[in-house]
Amino acid sequence: MKIVVCIKQVPDTTNVRINPETNTLIREGVESIINPFDMYALEEAIRLKEKHGGEVIVMSMGPPQVESSLKDAIALGADQAILLTDRAFAGADTLATSYTLAAGINALNDADLVIMGKQAIDGDTGQVGPGVAENLGVPHITDIRKIEEVTDNYMVCERLLEEGYVRLKVKFPAVITVVKEINEPRLPSLKGKMKAKSATILQWTTKDLDIDVDRLGLTGSPTQVVRIFTPPKPEGGKVYKGETRDMVSELLSDLQANGVAIKKSKGN
Amino acid sequence: MPSFRNTYIMEENVNYFLTEEQEMIKELAAKIAKEKIEPVAAEYDENETFPWDIVKVMGQSDLYGVFIPEAYGGLGGGVLEMCIVTEELSKACGGIALAYAACGLGTIPIIQFGNEEQKQKYLTKIAAGEWLAAFGLTEADSGSDVSAIKMRADLDGNEYVLNGTKTWISNGGEAHVNVVFAVTDPSRGARGVSAFIVEKGTPGFTFGKKENKLGIRANSTRELIFQDCRIPKENLLGKDGQGFLIAMRTFDESRPGVAAQALGIATGAFEKATAYSRERFQRGQPISAFQGVQFMLADMATQIEAARALTYQAAKSIDSGMKQVSKISAMAKLFASDVAMKVTVDAVQIFGGYGYTKEYPVEKMMRDAKITQIYEGTNQIQREIIALNVIKESARGTK
Repeated sequence: MKIVVCIKQVPDTTNVRINPETNTLIREGVESIINPFDMYALEEAIRLKEKHGGEVIVMSMGPPQVESSLKDAIALGADQAILLTDRAFAGADTLATSYTLAAGINALNDADLVIMGKQAIDGDTGQVGPGVAENLGVPHITDIRKIEEVTDNYMVCERLLEEGYVRLKVKFPAVITVVKEINEPRLPSLKGKMKAKSATILQWTTKDLDIDVDRLGLTGSPTQVVRIFTPPKPEGGKVYKGETRDMVSELLSDLQANGVAIKKSKGN
Repeated sequence: MPSFRNTYIMEENVNYFLTEEQEMIKELAAKIAKEKIEPVAAEYDENETFPWDIVKVMGQSDLYGVFIPEAYGGLGGGVLEMCIVTEELSKACGGIALAYAACGLGTIPIIQFGNEEQKQKYLTKIAAGEWLAAFGLTEADSGSDVSAIKMRADLDGNEYVLNGTKTWISNGGEAHVNVVFAVTDPSRGARGVSAFIVEKGTPGFTFGKKENKLGIRANSTRELIFQDCRIPKENLLGKDGQGFLIAMRTFDESRPGVAAQALGIATGAFEKATAYSRERFQRGQPISAFQGVQFMLADMATQIEAARALTYQAAKSIDSGMKQVSKISAMAKLFASDVAMKVTVDAVQIFGGYGYTKEYPVEKMMRDAKITQIYEGTNQIQREIIALNVIKESARGTK
């Protein structure tokens, strides 16, 4: 079984701030980590490999410094790591990113399964998983909380819903995205870290991929971030006390006074 | 810059001359301490929970293999690597760290004196974190006086028959591999003692009461009871009559581990106390602005740094292959454990009334620190060893 795990390097959001003038993340002094949701994806891939055999290939699109995250993935047990890196990829939105990652996965020829986290903690879109699947022309399931059964041709998973879950069967090749309920990611081993230290991270550019350059990076991105801001905290608030009947009429008149509720029509 | 430096300000701006590999070991041990041990430390202490879940994580992360030769699945490091791990784990919990350190104590004699079969059989499993080791020397009436042990091992054909009871054994009842000491020839005193490897589950080998202790409560301290326990002759460790030598050589290498445990406990307590002194306001200013508190912090930091220097120096001396390491090893254990006791008592003082409660972690650190002055030879025994060595050295010099 050949499993590709797509990871994203993100700033550790526990101490991230936004520059109010440029509306971009202040990355200086902020440690870069593997997107936490992708850690669950990587863990699940390694577990599948341990149980069913095969190999785990991690892939990421980004600048050369993403190599450190790919090495972290090797320390955790991935067999191979590929970095899609090219100036042409810069400024990509989810559409261009999905297209680029899919091109990378296609170049591997015979991946059975692509796993990623349900979303990245910086962008929070959750679009890249399904986007990659569409570009590959394969089925996808998002928000997997458990993989129940794996055969040569298909697998059965539980997809998390707001209340409960749904069991789904999907044929390979497929793309899935996972939620944190799926497992508890392991810590790296020292032997893994030493292996990672000397591991070579493959770097693929546009030249290595069968790819349409107009669909890459900023050029291929219809989405533009206009503004990023922290919403103001709601202020005030009022607690109503007393009999329900009185509270309701008081609330209603407050709402009407503020133009929120529609006034009673004359007929009533 | 490794992330642990952000956590432990103690080690800011000091160069310990660790190799890249040692830094890696330190960083991973620190990560396990922060993420896995610290959240459960108070609970495991209160409930006396043996930390099997943490042992599993440490095993998967190869921590148990750092001081085991590569030929047996380890990473080929030495006492310094073992100390680095023990120290980092102990910063979060000296009790949970003991599941690691006591395993080291039980493993060292096998590394030093085991034959090829014994090493293959036991070290590979210990390196993988599958089996824990324990070290059984102490008996009810023989603590510091090793030559007074009463447990017997009598050869009967191809088997030794063990009879006797070991007390206060760390990892007791949990360890699969138990290195125990018994008298094979009572007429020869200390030279009539031999060492044996006994596996958990051997008929006639059971465990007695679990001690209800002041500190290190997350470790299981139990009696090992042997009643006509038969073990194959091959389980003799080293040669017949070598037991006393094996025990002493083991302590030479393991005592820096106790020092590292003490150092970790002290550092953990110091970190908590320093942070608290900046947050606690009295008379309109943080208590860290008061000279009385400042001088305590300065003394604590200096003592810890001195203890670390001595501990690493002892570990490096051993790893360099020096033969006479009893003195430096005893010095490290003596000094670091006394520092740990003093620093943790001061940490509780800085926390004031809060420090005396279980709401805050420093009272536990104070309780955990105490044992480091007692086990693997009381600090009085360490002073005897140091004195004996310096007097011998002086005598040699004046001959």
